[in-house]
Amino acid sequence: MSLEALPLEMIVFVVTAVVAVVAALLVVLHRNPVVNAVALIVNLACLAVFFLLLRAPFLAAVQVIVYAGAIMVLFLFVIMLLDLKAELHPPRAGAFQRVMAVFAGAAFLSLMVLAMRRSRSTFAMKEVADAGHGTVERVAEEMFRNHLVSFELASVLLLVAMVGALVIARAFAETPDPQEPSA
Amino acid sequence: MTAVLIEAGVKVAVFLVLLLTVVAYMVWVERKVSAAMQDRPGPNRVGPMGLLQPLADGLKFLFKEDIVPANAHKPLYLLAPVLTLAAALAGFAVIPFGSSIEIGGRNISLAIADVNMGILYVLALGSLNVYGLMIAGWASGSKYSLMGGLRAGAQVISYELSMGVSLIGVLMVTGSLRLSEVVQLQAGGFWHWNLVTQPIAGLVFFVACFAETNRLPFDLPEAESELVAGYHTEYSSMKFAMFFMAEYAHMVTVSALMAALFLGGWHLPFFDLQQAGWSVTAIGLTHMAVFAAKIAFLLVLFVWVRWTLPRFRYDQLMDLGWKVLFPLALANLVYVGIGIAMGLPWLGGFTR
Amino acid sequence: MRPPTEWYLAIAALLFTIGVVGVLARRNAIVIFMSIELMLNAVNLTLVAYADSFGASDAQVFVFFVMAVAAAEAAVGLAIILAIFRRRRSTSVDDINLLKW
Repeated sequence: MSLEALPLEMIVFVVTAVVAVVAALLVVLHRNPVVNAVALIVNLACLAVFFLLLRAPFLAAVQVIVYAGAIMVLFLFVIMLLDLKAELHPPRAGAFQRVMAVFAGAAFLSLMVLAMRRSRSTFAMKEVADAGHGTVERVAEEMFRNHLVSFELASVLLLVAMVGALVIARAFAETPDPQEPSA
Repeated sequence: MTAVLIEAGVKVAVFLVLLLTVVAYMVWVERKVSAAMQDRPGPNRVGPMGLLQPLADGLKFLFKEDIVPANAHKPLYLLAPVLTLAAALAGFAVIPFGSSIEIGGRNISLAIADVNMGILYVLALGSLNVYGLMIAGWASGSKYSLMGGLRAGAQVISYELSMGVSLIGVLMVTGSLRLSEVVQLQAGGFWHWNLVTQPIAGLVFFVACFAETNRLPFDLPEAESELVAGYHTEYSSMKFAMFFMAEYAHMVTVSALMAALFLGGWHLPFFDLQQAGWSVTAIGLTHMAVFAAKIAFLLVLFVWVRWTLPRFRYDQLMDLGWKVLFPLALANLVYVGIGIAMGLPWLGGFTR
Repeated sequence: MRPPTEWYLAIAALLFTIGVVGVLARRNAIVIFMSIELMLNAVNLTLVAYADSFGASDAQVFVFFVMAVAAAEAAVGLAIILAIFRRRRSTSVDDINLLKW
């Protein structure tokens, strides 16, 4: 019995998909922002598992390191620093807006399903017997041979974002607090 | 297929049992070594030389009253210690303990899962570590815990950066992310160890390990005299024991990593066992013993430093991480890059 | 037994939709941000599913860049939210819908 014969991949996919969708719903529906953030972390971890199933191990690791390990830490920091008393007065959108939001979501979903059905023919999946697909070496080859300029631009972008975030957070720390009485 | 599963299952069970025993006895080691340094006997009542002390501590933790503060957010409060312990233990899966052993004709490698990207896996788990601390700090519902959790989070992510960059130097020399290959390239003698060819990287990594595991001198987030007990102020009995175990397990994991990446892993310098005609299993077990000895040395070093150095103030800690360690790691990166381009013999040279 | 690519795309579409509903229905600025991240991740999943079905590595490189841009955007966005919070003491987007107050 070979590893491919077992429906292991299918089981993992179904379980992960269920967890991911439940976590995503928690992100959007729960009123406590910290629970939202933790649910998003769970969702990102599920996506990392999907990447592993889709033969993209490097991206799975990068997803955990960058997204779940750094960006979400940033989110958690901001939420905890702001000490949002979410349970007391959660800002709620009006009922009309929430219903319209669900309609908009349904519209998007039908659009995407339509697009998928139209492009059915391109899914004749090429049995790619390429053992190197998705490994670090392959992604690195692709990135540094064909997309080097984008890579350099991305690093400049990150530098700009870092400096920008520092400037914004610092500049407003020096404006006087409106609630404090002037000295 | 079933053989693969059984092999993996047995390896996991064996390593888990060994790891948890080591974690439990780290308590004893800590207390005995600190006692020796402070010229007092240490635990010597329970069992010979106090060897049953961890058992007594475990029982004490089990019987303590489990208090949950009223303001705590129950689900996250219960999740945090579990998350910390899981992230600490999971790091063990990629560490190669030896070459391989032969049982019944099967060649069994001595790593639970020697994946293609071992170093990335390690970095990923390091990133997940921060969540246990922050969620524990917030979910306890008290200001002390929250501040402790935020400080711990800031500290861990700052030092994680230097840790990662110092590992890039090792990666460049090895040409592969697989941990067993990193160990293989350190064969030969002391001068092949990455600690000798890249001393700055080794030093930066080691100091970052202290900060990652929240050990003195970087233990401000959990210091008793600072924020009461930081992020685990409000935890009692088994949940507190889990945090403790998680800290020691994390210490063992980073010591194992340090040994594998910088101290030559399971290589015993100057002894070529294959030439001496030892069987594969005997060689494999010797490798495990050598690796265990290196880990033990590093663990004692952890304890030694803890009871020698005073604690860093928070701003000193952050300064060290950002203004000292990170530039040093970058300098090491430049050195390795130039060395490989120049073809320096001790830096291997990228032959791919 | 490999799940067919359409299943991955369906999950990605579902996650994207949930993100859209989150952006439109929540008032807390940080949660809106998190819904945007959810949408970005759904797109990443789509890209990786296609990369797998066509054996192309370009899509994986694209995902890498999407993550880098998402990180940059998150940093700047959260800095802005922090700055606004210092002024208004509130993260609800209903409180910042007037230009000057």
